[in-house]
Amino acid sequence: MMSEVFAVDPLVLFTILVMAAGTYLTRIAGLVLTKFVTFSGRTEAALQAVPPAILMSVVAPTAFATGIAETAATAITAIAALRLPMLAAMTLGVVSVVVLRLALTVI
Amino acid sequence: MKSNQNKSAVNAGPNEFFLGVTTFFPLIFAATPIGLLFGALAAQKGMSPLEVLLMGSFVFAGGSQFLALDLWSDPLPWLTIAFSTFLINLRHVLMSASLAPKLGHWTPLQKYLGFFILADEVWALSEQRAMKQHTTFSFYLGVGLTLFVTWQAASVAGSLIGAVMGDPSRYGLDFAFTALFICLVMGFWQGRKTGVVLAASGLAAVLTHKFVPGAWYIIAGAIAGVIAAAIQYDDNPNRLQKPAEALQS
Repeated sequence: MMSEVFAVDPLVLFTILVMAAGTYLTRIAGLVLTKFVTFSGRTEAALQAVPPAILMSVVAPTAFATGIAETAATAITAIAALRLPMLAAMTLGVVSVVVLRLALTVI
Repeated sequence: MKSNQNKSAVNAGPNEFFLGVTTFFPLIFAATPIGLLFGALAAQKGMSPLEVLLMGSFVFAGGSQFLALDLWSDPLPWLTIAFSTFLINLRHVLMSASLAPKLGHWTPLQKYLGFFILADEVWALSEQRAMKQHTTFSFYLGVGLTLFVTWQAASVAGSLIGAVMGDPSRYGLDFAFTALFICLVMGFWQGRKTGVVLAASGLAAVLTHKFVPGAWYIIAGAIAGVIAAAIQYDDNPNRLQKPAEALQS
């Protein structure tokens, strides 16, 4: 059992290291990039949209193209997020997705 | 804005670190079920708990780890996995470029070591922090290490208990990640212009996801949102912040 827990396949380790190298490159690319280029005006405004745009893109397929329960729960979470602390809004979102999925299968 | 640099210098240290930890705290409840799920799926694919820990520690990017599992088979298609990982992680280029100018006094070593753990959540909370003042290294480390420990502990636990847990969608936990990101998105809300950016990136992401396989939808959505912001840029804005002050900070 112990040997299974600590088993490491050489090819698995190699794959992990290649994945890690690629990921690290993307993470420091911005540091290198901003060293040579300074952003102002329109470019700066565009760059400021990066955070919400990426977060939105990551969740959009799940939030808007999975089903009615997910889309409705997304709306509930978004409205709750404007008024409640983050943990409360998140909990409300998860609870509402469970309730809505259940309600939709019953109907 | 003007006093940012002073503030970030004064606040550096244990207090900032602790603030980072407490800022991350609610996200523990989102990261834990996702980590458990990752570990359980990895165990099904034949990965050992140590391999799960190694992948989590070296790669430390949830989205690409799940993508890798999806492609995991025998013989291991390491090149496909590596390329897909790189593709889904291309968003980090934009993320680090966006965060880099908002850092406090970081040494180059702190930057290049610290950005090793620039996961989505770490980046998002650092950006949120940067809306008020420059993000200090201590704050960043407080956020990042808390996620690091949570993620490794949860995914190793998931790989050990695996099959016992059952399907996490039964408890709606598959939605925890989405709910977390929606909350983070709303944190960046600054009015109608943000709405247009979100609509553009959401639409582009959904359409790309539907018609193009792989992780291109994240890049497409990000680019659409950035273009929307560039088009909306007003040369003569009615801002509170004076350009001279913006340059100083």
